[in-house]
Amino acid sequence: MDRVVIPIGPQHPALKEPESFRVILEGEKIVGVSLRLGYNHRGIEKACEERTYIQDLYLIERVCGICSHSHSTCFIQAVEQIAGVEVPERALYLRVLVGELERIHSHLLWLGVAGHEIGFDTLFMYSWRDREIVMDILADLTGNRVNYGINTYGGVKRDVPKEMLKKILDAMDVLEERTKYYIQVATEEVTLMKRLSGVGIIKKEDAQALDAVGPVARASGIDRDVRRDDPYAAYDRVSFKVISVDNEDVYGRTLVRVGELMESYSIIRQVIENMPEGPIVTKVPRKIPEGEAFSRYEAPRGEDVHYVKANGTDKPERVKLRAPSLANIKPLLKMLENYNLADLPIIVAAIDPCFSCTDRAIAIENRDRGKKEIMDWKTLRQFSIDWYRRKGIKF
Amino acid sequence: MTGIEERELSFKAVMSIVYILVFPGLLFLSVSGMLLEYVDRKLYAKLQNRVGPPWFQPFADFVKLISKEDLVPGRDKKIMFRLLPFFALSAIVTSMLYIPVLGIKAAFSFNGDIIVVLYLLSIPTLTFFLAGYSSKSLFSLIGGVRTLTQFFAYEVPLFLTFLSAALLSGSWSISEISAFYSQNSWYWLFNILGFGISMIALLGKLEKVPFDIPEAETEIAGGTFTEYSGKLLAMFRLAIDIEVVVCAALIAAVFLPFGLNLHPALVFVIFIAKVLFIVALLSLLRTVFARLRIDQMVEFCWKYIAPLSFLQLIINIIIQATVV
Repeated sequence: MDRVVIPIGPQHPALKEPESFRVILEGEKIVGVSLRLGYNHRGIEKACEERTYIQDLYLIERVCGICSHSHSTCFIQAVEQIAGVEVPERALYLRVLVGELERIHSHLLWLGVAGHEIGFDTLFMYSWRDREIVMDILADLTGNRVNYGINTYGGVKRDVPKEMLKKILDAMDVLEERTKYYIQVATEEVTLMKRLSGVGIIKKEDAQALDAVGPVARASGIDRDVRRDDPYAAYDRVSFKVISVDNEDVYGRTLVRVGELMESYSIIRQVIENMPEGPIVTKVPRKIPEGEAFSRYEAPRGEDVHYVKANGTDKPERVKLRAPSLANIKPLLKMLENYNLADLPIIVAAIDPCFSCTDRAIAIENRDRGKKEIMDWKTLRQFSIDWYRRKGIKF
Repeated sequence: MTGIEERELSFKAVMSIVYILVFPGLLFLSVSGMLLEYVDRKLYAKLQNRVGPPWFQPFADFVKLISKEDLVPGRDKKIMFRLLPFFALSAIVTSMLYIPVLGIKAAFSFNGDIIVVLYLLSIPTLTFFLAGYSSKSLFSLIGGVRTLTQFFAYEVPLFLTFLSAALLSGSWSISEISAFYSQNSWYWLFNILGFGISMIALLGKLEKVPFDIPEAETEIAGGTFTEYSGKLLAMFRLAIDIEVVVCAALIAAVFLPFGLNLHPALVFVIFIAKVLFIVALLSLLRTVFARLRIDQMVEFCWKYIAPLSFLQLIINIIIQATVV
């Protein structure tokens, strides 16, 4: 068979968000992949600079639908650092609680998606059913299923009642039982192992050179976790293991995520046991003093990084964020080389991509001049107005 | 020609039309095929802890597809594209005429009809390949190539198991094979290995998990049927539904020859029970497995399934030589 170019995306059943992979195939073998990002660019960074800190809180939370708490905590930590705010102890514990619940829901979601990508819909249905337990807890705890809105500058907005804590502990027992079953499935089911092991291998050196983060890095033997290495919130007061394995393949990434689920249950139990009484929020001025800060957070998908520069007004001067999926895109292209087309969905899914979070800036290729250029705000605005005018839409 | 002969002839013609169109032909097969699709989907859903569709869902899907617009891609190969679903459907419906439903005797039978049925059952697979080939879409093309690759992997074991069962009975007619096994009631035990192999090969033939490689939606969208829509897709879907009934009936006739000498109504109930058993087994298998890759599938079939089917053949030859 000759070489054929298959478009996977922008719209394709394997991708849950628009993204374009142009896959060059020789028979069933992938010989090259070119990726185009930017279908989900929403200009959030720029929009943050136009709004006040309070408004930004809601905007930042909507960077990602799944790790919304990660992004908002990461941003808030940077702002609190600039303002020099001491956050109450109880609030830090509550942030960890919601953060770990989010990790559980994200990893269970991933397990289902991975099952679906390899045609194992039963696993998909089972893990998403169990994910509902966490979603219900999050809804009870924060009022929302997805964008929790529990974070605020200087603490959290809602306290958690005693009877709620009891309910969470009960749910953890149920989930632990279930996760043990999934570990059993992952280590005993023949077709599952056949599809996962030896697929999407990335060596430790490559993973290090290409800046892989999160479960992808930990599955290649890189023992790195911000929660332990640079503890934030209350992570220095709980004890947990950082799961890392040397499989270097998709199967390793599955083991890491399932292992992290078990660790999350233990973290939540410790948090509930040790949570001190006290206030949940301190007052933070509306205007943040001049300064800059850099904040790291271990999101379910890997290390999330936010940079905030304040200029003494109630609006930030510059906000920059790098979602973990962006860091894992380059390792992903390396992983895809020389595998089958049939492996593409699971390899892409194995980095747990969140393409909406990834799209921060786009370089636009000018077809007339044949070179890439970064447009500034004014030209981009003018370009879009002209584009709509040409289509006959009046402004 | 006398009047009686003429009347007999016209009666025969009417009966033939009834056989082809009503029972066990198109109408019976369509209805039972859709009901079996419901059983399969409901069972699959229950095993996955879901609610599942209502009983009329396959009919509703069919009616919806029929009422939709047919889109035919490309400029050439249009006639081919339109005709293929009907080839698939007619081949499947024809093959049912040689498979016994009510008791031992099929509507038509002759010595060698098992070969004809097996080949008629291969035609839909070939039409799937041609459909992918004439669709002008890369997803369809890859789906078509995968269909054909898979076809070469499961077809040999499938043929070998059926033919070794025929060998033991000493006849090449399905009706006579069925009669032989129901008279010599314990002989079917020799074919138990063949029954297992034919179930696995059937998963490949019907393109169900773990062998749903040609229409793996997360890899190649709709596979062969990516470009099909409306009535043409409805015909393909109907053909696949009917294929389940026909294959299940064939396996029931050859490998599960119980209770064929009772009252016709009872025989029919037993037939339904057998078909339901086979469909339930298929649903169970597709619940517990993940989809394999095409290379793994071919390897699995040639490394394990094909040698096992040869073993079945050898067993049957030895028994044939010593016992019968």
